[in-house]
Amino acid sequence: MMATPILQISGLTMDFGGIRALNRLDLEVHAGEIVALIGPNGAGKTTFFNCLTGIYTPTAGEILLTPPGSTKNVSLKGLKPNHVTEKGLARTFQNIRLFSQMTVLENVMIGRHCRTKAFILGAILRNAATRREERQIVEMSYAILDKVGLAHLANEFARNLPYGAQRRLEIARALATEPFLLLLDEPAAGMNPQETQELDRLIKEISTDGHSILLIEHDMKLVMSLSDRIFVMDYGKKIAQGKPSEIRSNPAVIKAYLGEDVDA
Amino acid sequence: MLGFKEIKNGLLVSLWFVFLTFPLMVVKVDPVERIVRWRWENSLYVAIGTFAVFLLVKIIIQRRSRNAAVDKEAEQKKESFIHRVLASPRQKFTLIALLLAVAIVFPLFSSSYQTNVMTTALMYVVLGLGLNIVVGMAGLLDLGYVAFYAVGAYSYALLNHHFDLGFWAVLPIGGGLAAIFGILLGFPVLRLRGDYLAIVTLGFGEIIRLVLENWSEFSKGPSGISNISRPGLFGIEFGLDGAIIYIYYLMIVFMIVTIFIVNRLQDSRLGRAWIALREDEIACQAMGIDKRKTKLVAFSLGAFWAGIIGVVFAAKTTFINPASFTFLESAIILAIVVLGGMGSIVGVIFGALILILLPEYLRALSEYRMLAFGAILVAMMVFRPQGLISNIRRTYHSDKKFPSPTQQ
Ligand SMILES: Nc1ncnc2c1ncn2[C@@H]1O[C@H](COP(=O)(O)OP(=O)(O)OP(=O)(O)O)[C@@H](O)[C@H]1O
Ligand SMILES: [Mg+2]
Repeated sequence: MMATPILQISGLTMDFGGIRALNRLDLEVHAGEIVALIGPNGAGKTTFFNCLTGIYTPTAGEILLTPPGSTKNVSLKGLKPNHVTEKGLARTFQNIRLFSQMTVLENVMIGRHCRTKAFILGAILRNAATRREERQIVEMSYAILDKVGLAHLANEFARNLPYGAQRRLEIARALATEPFLLLLDEPAAGMNPQETQELDRLIKEISTDGHSILLIEHDMKLVMSLSDRIFVMDYGKKIAQGKPSEIRSNPAVIKAYLGEDVDA
Repeated sequence: MLGFKEIKNGLLVSLWFVFLTFPLMVVKVDPVERIVRWRWENSLYVAIGTFAVFLLVKIIIQRRSRNAAVDKEAEQKKESFIHRVLASPRQKFTLIALLLAVAIVFPLFSSSYQTNVMTTALMYVVLGLGLNIVVGMAGLLDLGYVAFYAVGAYSYALLNHHFDLGFWAVLPIGGGLAAIFGILLGFPVLRLRGDYLAIVTLGFGEIIRLVLENWSEFSKGPSGISNISRPGLFGIEFGLDGAIIYIYYLMIVFMIVTIFIVNRLQDSRLGRAWIALREDEIACQAMGIDKRKTKLVAFSLGAFWAGIIGVVFAAKTTFINPASFTFLESAIILAIVVLGGMGSIVGVIFGALILILLPEYLRALSEYRMLAFGAILVAMMVFRPQGLISNIRRTYHSDKKFPSPTQQ
């Protein structure tokens, strides 16, 4: 028997006034998988992420999260973004949203916020427990930066990083929250082929570390190389799902992309 | 270097100014003789003055943009002087010791008046540091900060008047009450940002002042509360001069404590959360930071310092009325934060000393104080938007040589 999916979405619908951006979407992600979500511009992919992470409250539908190794699920619907993150879901943004006036390391340290405790008194007294916690935050953040290859830039301002590095920093920041499911919104956008190749390697590494990944991406070569399964949506609806080889030859998908090179 | 276009623009601008200042500068009604005097020569002065200032600003801007790259480097060097001093522990220690020594002997060599002025400046340093938490770190534009100052001052005045409570007893009460008011203000404005937040907080400040002004049974209205006790020290009461010096030293201690605490807050998990909130609210929440909690803590901690200084203010002047808590006061404190450098502790200290001491020592100019105030702020925003001393982020270093990640 297959284990329960860690993420199970059923009938997810999101209306903006008269526009139905998501239309009764069903999707599930299993532990250890890399799942891709593709579709033409304006299909509703980012909206889907926003509904998952609590930035929007969906109009209808259910989002259930089951931490790996657990049998109890929690509903994410209506939770605040920070609570969603606490439950083990973290994301990156399509339009990079780093804290540009903070250093690279501090950006990652922010990700540790929801897993640490020190508050006003701890900050002022700087007692042993707080110092230990700060030490751990710094060490772990360095380790994560090292993983994405940015450790040598730790004390630069985030805004001074090149574009590709900023995208990787977004991933590092999300990883710092210890998610079991990582949502990546077009991580390769604006990257050159070499950077994309490095990203490919990085995502595979993150996956072997035990994070499941749900990925929005337009770069078909990357999608085909990474994903175990692919969901295709258009106009807020799911139009296809399956293994990369199946999606490649699916007529509905080819029609939706009309002229775009699905064959990578 | 200045083309025809600039000259033309300059002429237009000066014409516009002549027009604007016409009723003020040219027309003068003499109510005794019942005639109108036309002082046409004034419009000429206005035109020439405006034209000159316009061209000057143009030239400066042109120069700056031409040497932008060179300028930037030079600026960084200039800036790094104070930053360098702060970065090296020995120099920093020497500087602090020196400043402290000067601060301690200051009242021994100066008149009561000067000590009093310095005490006021120190109070504004603490107020600025408090507001810096809200505006500089958390990025919440609060234009009603003076309300919390008033809460502190009135707590002491009323508790002293009715229950004869002493300064030290009311100090935590005043700070605490102000912090509670900070949370009360925080709740309704949690969803607001930027200009909307500014307007609501501005309204809040005015409401508090109007309540104090009109609810006479509670606050004695515009006539205020007098004969507030000066602070004592273990039962010792001071004379006037003694009290001035005592409050001065008190403020030195308060300031040091505040700097210590704010500095620690800034480099803490909470301080980072504030700055992240300022940088990007959505990303901040997506990283697991509770927006409500973080904002409310910023509001209440900021208000706490205002409350404390409010108590000191009431004790120092022994008389308060609502006129001390106008919007102007909020504006001055905000100007201190902006002028000094948002989020920069050293910057705020400099900002407060400059903005409070300069007008005092330039008494001759005090009529134009508000004008100079506005001019300085506008100039700052144009030429140095990051403030006198911009904030530098703390750098952290790893003990190990980047070990492989340890996932829990
Ligand atoms: N806050 C909003 N209010 C109104 N309409 C919205 C909102 N957010 C998204 N939409 C609409 O929903 C639709 C889907 O947008 P979305 O950003 O999710 O597309 P996408 O698949 O991420 O596209 P892209 O590949 O360009 O990133 C679009 O028509 C968009 O205009
Ligand atoms: Mg998108």
